[in-house]
Amino acid sequence: MSEIAAAVKGNGKSLKELDRAVVRFAGDSGDGMQLTGEQFTTESAWAGNDVATLPNFPAEIRAPAGTLFGVSSFQLQFGSQRVYTPGDRLDCLVAMNPAALKVHLRDLKPGGLLIVNTPAFDKRNLDKAGYAANPLDDVTLGERYRLHKVDMSGLTHEAIKDLPLNAKEKDRTKNFFALGLVSWIYTRPLEPTLEWIQKKFAKNRDVAAANARVLKAGHAYGETAEIFSEHYTVEAAEMTPGLYRAMTGNRALAWGLLAAAQRSKLPLVYGAYPITPASDILHELALHKRFRVRTVQAEDEIAAVTAAIGASFGGAIGVTGSSGPGIALKGEAIGLAVMAELPLVVFDIQRGGPSTGLPTKTEQADLMQALYGRNSESPVVVLAPATPGDCFYVAYEAVRIAAKYMVPVLVLSDGFLANGSEPWLIPDPDTLPAIDVEFRTEPEGFFPYLRDPATLSRPWVRPGTPALEHRIGGIEKQDVTGNISYDPENHDHMVRTRAEKVRRVAQEIPPITINGPATGDVLVVGWGSTYGAITAAVERAQSAGRSVASVHLRHLNPLPPDLGHVLREFRRVLVPEINSGQLVRVLRAEYLVDAVGFNRVRGLPLASDEIHDAIIQLLGSHA
Amino acid sequence: MSPGGAGAKEAPKYSKKDFESDQDVRWCPGCGDYAILSAVQKTFPDLGVPKEDIVFVSGIGCSSRFPYYMNTYGFHTIHGRAPAIATGLKLARPELKVFVVTGDGDGLSIGGNHMLHVLRRNVGVTILLFNNRIYGLTKGQYSPTSELGKITKSTPMGSADRPINPLAFALGCGATFVARTVDRNIPHMEEMLRRAAHHKGGAFVEILQNCNVYNDLAWNVLYDKDSKLRNELRLEHGKPLLFGPPDERQAVVMEGVVPRVVPANAVSESALWVHDEKNVNAAKLLADLFAPEFPVPIGVLAAIDEPVYEDIMLEQERRAISERGPGDIAKLLTSGDTWKIS
Ligand code: SF4
Repeated sequence: MSEIAAAVKGNGKSLKELDRAVVRFAGDSGDGMQLTGEQFTTESAWAGNDVATLPNFPAEIRAPAGTLFGVSSFQLQFGSQRVYTPGDRLDCLVAMNPAALKVHLRDLKPGGLLIVNTPAFDKRNLDKAGYAANPLDDVTLGERYRLHKVDMSGLTHEAIKDLPLNAKEKDRTKNFFALGLVSWIYTRPLEPTLEWIQKKFAKNRDVAAANARVLKAGHAYGETAEIFSEHYTVEAAEMTPGLYRAMTGNRALAWGLLAAAQRSKLPLVYGAYPITPASDILHELALHKRFRVRTVQAEDEIAAVTAAIGASFGGAIGVTGSSGPGIALKGEAIGLAVMAELPLVVFDIQRGGPSTGLPTKTEQADLMQALYGRNSESPVVVLAPATPGDCFYVAYEAVRIAAKYMVPVLVLSDGFLANGSEPWLIPDPDTLPAIDVEFRTEPEGFFPYLRDPATLSRPWVRPGTPALEHRIGGIEKQDVTGNISYDPENHDHMVRTRAEKVRRVAQEIPPITINGPATGDVLVVGWGSTYGAITAAVERAQSAGRSVASVHLRHLNPLPPDLGHVLREFRRVLVPEINSGQLVRVLRAEYLVDAVGFNRVRGLPLASDEIHDAIIQLLGSHA
Repeated sequence: MSPGGAGAKEAPKYSKKDFESDQDVRWCPGCGDYAILSAVQKTFPDLGVPKEDIVFVSGIGCSSRFPYYMNTYGFHTIHGRAPAIATGLKLARPELKVFVVTGDGDGLSIGGNHMLHVLRRNVGVTILLFNNRIYGLTKGQYSPTSELGKITKSTPMGSADRPINPLAFALGCGATFVARTVDRNIPHMEEMLRRAAHHKGGAFVEILQNCNVYNDLAWNVLYDKDSKLRNELRLEHGKPLLFGPPDERQAVVMEGVVPRVVPANAVSESALWVHDEKNVNAAKLLADLFAPEFPVPIGVLAAIDEPVYEDIMLEQERRAISERGPGDIAKLLTSGDTWKIS
């Protein structure tokens, strides 16, 4: 937190200018911390800041109140310059109860702002959090941090005592007190939240009034209470001019599909079985029937993917989405799409595993599953979005490639991208590349596996087309005719052809963008949601004069054709991943480079500080 | 309108030959599947559906080779999943006439869950389940319809699992059309195929089929001439449940809630059980009848009218479009909270 300027306002409170800040709201899962964080994000986006968010919540729907594992939190970083990550250490922590304090205090910077809701620190809650004594009574807490003990519950009740709500309902609005207070501290506009409250609780005027009043009470408390002697502004970031909106990864994936459906003029069938953290894609798509998007909540993961394949066979865009465990179940069917050479898009919103693992936490450990997790030689295209907003483009690209090459395309998102949001420059959909689908209708010279010389794709024929009746399936077939074939040479030829078809997708990949010099000491190679942390770490090393660059891969199969060349221009290659070393193995195998991994598998995004340390270490070992 | 909501296209006059593909049929000689294939090819010219609008979807097993032999569109998929594939296909292309060909292993073991859901959803597909009570393609293991104690390669001392009754299963799933027929009764099979194909919604037909290699004469109760005469109960809507040779006519009647077999001449006409295809509860009782205590019913057990899955889905789509216009991604992207940075 660097302090650029200070001014003193009329109320005697100084206003300091910061270039960035990291804030985390933490409380019980019932305390509304996700909502509070999302609203604070919207306010910050309105203020013109760049923003990155990290929601973090327990897997249990109603985790027992007051417990450590029931703590839910929402972290965001906002800044006047590009913000790549939700931040590593906190400038401000709001702890609504002892459990939240216990879980999150270690992330607060020394001297950071600590705001606690005092009435929640009662015997019961202290016991549940495992505190023998009230930590608020410990003087060292106030010495290490700028501690503000606020009776949020009491002030909340006071602000709305005349409203006809019961005590429980009133208590539930206290997160708006916290939001109002922190909004004052960082000079955020309240308008977007006030508008949101009116819309959200339009049917319940009393609740709307209560939330709005409590929000303002929190704000006024900051303004008038003696304890806050200063507050902060963060200037608007210099961002590409244009119209922006907040975008989460899951919504972006869904909207990317809508854009593809509209552009291709095809109906889209999305098959899914409810699973964390992918279900929101199904929910979102179900809202948009007007785009001729048909959603099936299937009986299981296998039915979800096979319904999508059936739709593709029928000439629609077949898409399925899940998380790692569901993708494992879909494996055989994805192989069918490989064999039948039908377009299919599969979203894998990765989460901690194996097995049920950490359903609400993030991980990047499904790369090998995406590349190889099916029986036999079963190549598919694999793409990975880098940011929540990028999910829009990657979903669109997945449909485009699937239809053009008649091939399954897997998209590796993760829990961090899925729920995280960023200010997103709204694109003009007309500038997206065309999705030209031509169904074969000409019977003359038709064969089901006749190949396009450039893409090797076979013709897509809609059932209902006269004189093109044909049969396809999962049994190996003769090239061109599509007749069943057990011929050894033909099988070898088809294995190679299916691989070559995927390889040809490389002609769709633009030249690699190198963030930094084209040659140097260390190249950091990443994929997926680590983009922000890697970029921040690399830029920090660069500004200290280090010879470091990064590339971020969106295409994981096939890999960009110029990647081998780029890798060889650096002395060392570092591959940070939230797994135990998957892309690094691929790069070593593919290019015979001595790449090293930086791997942490905690269910959390990588921190840019630790990546930075790894870069420095690698530079040192090389020198 | 042609069956299953197929499009308004006029179907040309077809002959059986038009539905025969150029592929060599590869079932074992003598397999009951040949008769079923022939019956299907023979009835199809009467369906009134252009053949390019017909799709056969299958899973894995002997029966699942079926699509290759039909000169229509066909998709031979993976084990057990044909109902789910067909569901996606109908959602994408509700106007197509879709058939699912499956077997007792494919449809009731590995694919049992999909069978349950395609029936309860009432997806407009015609499902032909060839029941030979054995795994043929994998060379003779017992199947979910094999009788208890069945001795096979995988159960040398007899199977320990009780068999499932496909008709009772289908009715339990809420199927809106359930019928049974026999591979060796060609006219009846053709009649059932026609009825099933014309049903609005999901139709389930169990075809008792002979696997002469691994489970020969499993349905001999309806093959042997004398046994058939004594045991076959033809279900016909509005007709009483009478069976047996002319000189020994028997009746199935209800005593309380229990079916009983009694000599036909011992019951008054008003006490006879008159078959009603609309009565699903009665169909559930019929589904459980089997020799030797009871006759073996063949025919349409139940045929009722219920909303069809893809019709509901497409109606929602039409409503969404008519109320708010077709989707417009440019508008959607700029909807809700946005802000300008200049
Ligand atoms: S194994 Fe049995 S069911 Fe399969 S083709 Fe041969 S006879 Fe027919």
